[in-house]
Amino acid sequence: MIGGVRKFVGGPYAGKAMDITSRTVYLDHAATTPMVPAAVDVLTAHLREVGNPSSMHASGRHARRVVEESRETIAQALGCRPGEVVFTSGGTEADNLAVKGIHWARLAEDPRRTRILASAIEHHAVLDPLDWLRDSEQVDVELLPVDDRGRLRVDALREAVERDPASVSLISVMWANNEVGSLQPVEEVVAVAAEHGIPVHTDAIQAVGAVPVDFAASGVDALSLTGHKLGGPYGVGALIVRRELGVTPLMHGGGQERDIRSGTIDTPAIAGFAAAVELAVKEQASYATRVGALRDDLVRRVIEQVPDAHLHGAPLEPLGEHRLPGNAHLGFPGCEGDSLLMLLDARGIECSTGSACSAGVPQPSHVLLAMGCDAEAARHSLRFSLGHTSTQADVDAVVEAIGPCVERARAAKAPR
Amino acid sequence: MTPLKVLAAMSGGVDSAVAAARAAEAGHDVTGIHLALSRNPASYRSGARGCCTIEDANDARRAADVIGIPFYVWDLSDRFHDDVVEDFMAEYAAGRTPNPCLRCNEKIKFAAVLDRALGLGFDAVATGHYAQLRTGADGLIEMHRAVDDGKDQSYVLGVLDQEQLRHALFPLGGSTKSDVRAEAAERGLLVADKPDSHDICFVADGDTPGWLREKLGDRAPNQGGAILDEAGVELGRHDGTYGFTIGQRKGLRLGVPAPDGKPRFVLDIEPVAGTVTVGPRERLAVHGLTAIRPRWCGTPPARLDGPGVTVQLRAHGDEHRATVTVVDGTVEVELLDPAYGIAPGQAAVIYDGTRVVGSATIVSTSRAPLESRVSPVTR
Repeated sequence: MIGGVRKFVGGPYAGKAMDITSRTVYLDHAATTPMVPAAVDVLTAHLREVGNPSSMHASGRHARRVVEESRETIAQALGCRPGEVVFTSGGTEADNLAVKGIHWARLAEDPRRTRILASAIEHHAVLDPLDWLRDSEQVDVELLPVDDRGRLRVDALREAVERDPASVSLISVMWANNEVGSLQPVEEVVAVAAEHGIPVHTDAIQAVGAVPVDFAASGVDALSLTGHKLGGPYGVGALIVRRELGVTPLMHGGGQERDIRSGTIDTPAIAGFAAAVELAVKEQASYATRVGALRDDLVRRVIEQVPDAHLHGAPLEPLGEHRLPGNAHLGFPGCEGDSLLMLLDARGIECSTGSACSAGVPQPSHVLLAMGCDAEAARHSLRFSLGHTSTQADVDAVVEAIGPCVERARAAKAPR
Repeated sequence: MTPLKVLAAMSGGVDSAVAAARAAEAGHDVTGIHLALSRNPASYRSGARGCCTIEDANDARRAADVIGIPFYVWDLSDRFHDDVVEDFMAEYAAGRTPNPCLRCNEKIKFAAVLDRALGLGFDAVATGHYAQLRTGADGLIEMHRAVDDGKDQSYVLGVLDQEQLRHALFPLGGSTKSDVRAEAAERGLLVADKPDSHDICFVADGDTPGWLREKLGDRAPNQGGAILDEAGVELGRHDGTYGFTIGQRKGLRLGVPAPDGKPRFVLDIEPVAGTVTVGPRERLAVHGLTAIRPRWCGTPPARLDGPGVTVQLRAHGDEHRATVTVVDGTVEVELLDPAYGIAPGQAAVIYDGTRVVGSATIVSTSRAPLESRVSPVTR
């Protein structure tokens, strides 16, 4: 299946700038990926039904049953107990709930717990709550270094923990980085934390469905995931959190979701989310093999076209075991990443320069900077992220376009 | 008409939105671009000030959506800081009065942006400036004043040379502002009622002396000194010469009124000595001026003395009839009638009728009664 036909939305002149029936080569699956038909079917079926899962009557009970079955489906897929699944509005809320909620609860138990340790390459949904805690609640936030492949240095974590274990309220290390795709040593993080009884949160938003993720086997205490990165709907996600761990709520109200997350439960979204998680986990191994092979082909052939292009993050060999299968994060020296993005976009090829801010101004990526790249290198990079709808034709289109686009982008970078 | 690949610079205001829409309607292949010029953009726009808040970027994006063109944000904040903001501070520190809008057109919009656009395969940059371009009999592109006198912006474009003009589109030059607003509303552009921008975009609250005081810090040439009358008698103190512009009347805070009771104006600024000299308005009368760094729109002239020759000395300022002589890159302007409040650092833009001939930066002025006291500025 190809990337799909662009739905035409725009003014009267849009057709002049782009052929609306042309194929879009969508290679930004790490930003969001198309919903799988199974999730669309479940979601839309439930959108036609009424019933608040908290109501006592038959309609309410029916909705409740849908939600609880969804919870069980997700628990089954991810190796946790149903009662450990707390539905949220998505990944950002799950990360905020973990970072703030667990910290507050742990601090309330013991006032010495004033430190939070996290990797320097966390998503802003973790970093910004940490900044906020530091600035407004005097939390001592320590961001731990990564190596030049974007992998947490466990020795630095160990040193930071052992300096004063009793003061650490939480460790947060993502399962897989969203920009460069590096898988993090979660198992080793858990081992260090376990020596001192410190809870570990992991942002697994990019990982679920792409690599094997088992909550209980991993030993983490809390794990964030979201629907729209794995073929489910937007606006729904979950924090999986061990029953024994206290979590102070961010929002107060009707007391839904174990009193941790108030708000009317979104039955259709949760049902669609569960269908997508189930399918993604079931197909994870074949997905990783197929998409990983496409990604390897893309990286190798792009470097053939542009010999000084280079891959950021973990190498493809051996078997990309420290990298998300869909991630190809490439540096193109002498280019502005946003020029390159625009030139590719004009040819219908959609990728990303990394994390974009609200004004759309690309800031040098904190992930690349933490990996030791300079600001210049951070600005000449592009992320291609493949997903479940990616095809060989998508890869071929990039390989065909990249040489001329890089040449143009280099010409456009005016020397100072 | 040959359709061009056009990059439309979209500030988020009504003019650039309509300019982009007209370029698209004319059949060009238009891509919208918003220039992020501030290193720390504010979230919201306050009144008519500022032009690079996040809200402005969003307004530009929505206008591009309505027009139906692709849209991107380009971060030029470092170039803008180095080429425009730093220059602005250095000029004020040296006792001159710069015009950052001209500088931005010369160094950013029609240099950094244009160069990048041409490199990316675009043919032209379109903006919402009010000025008209025509092809002259000699095949050169001529820039003329806009139809709308009140909005004419040819002054701030006077720094563009032939090569830059050949790649410029100003779709609004033949329209009045009220027509442009009406057209924006008709096209469904939500910025139709947005207030016009005034003042200097990077001085968010409009308080230039306050902004300079904060930004210059130790780089200020002085932190205060005497305010003198023409005889050299101290009338008061000031807290930095960079806070003053020649011709300024307000904010002198002199306790003693002039003996004749008439208002006093800034006549001279001496950053090294740290003094500001004040006197009556008639002493501001300028009969001639010398300007350097000329930029010519077409063929460089040697002498201009026709009946239509005028100079404009500030944005939205009067036209002054003049004769112009150019010797070795120095422009000597003789004014037929005096001009008032003319400061070194300002641009003199030279016109022949409605056509812009070129521009140069004023370095000194000759004021008949004070001929001996003219402060030459070397650059």
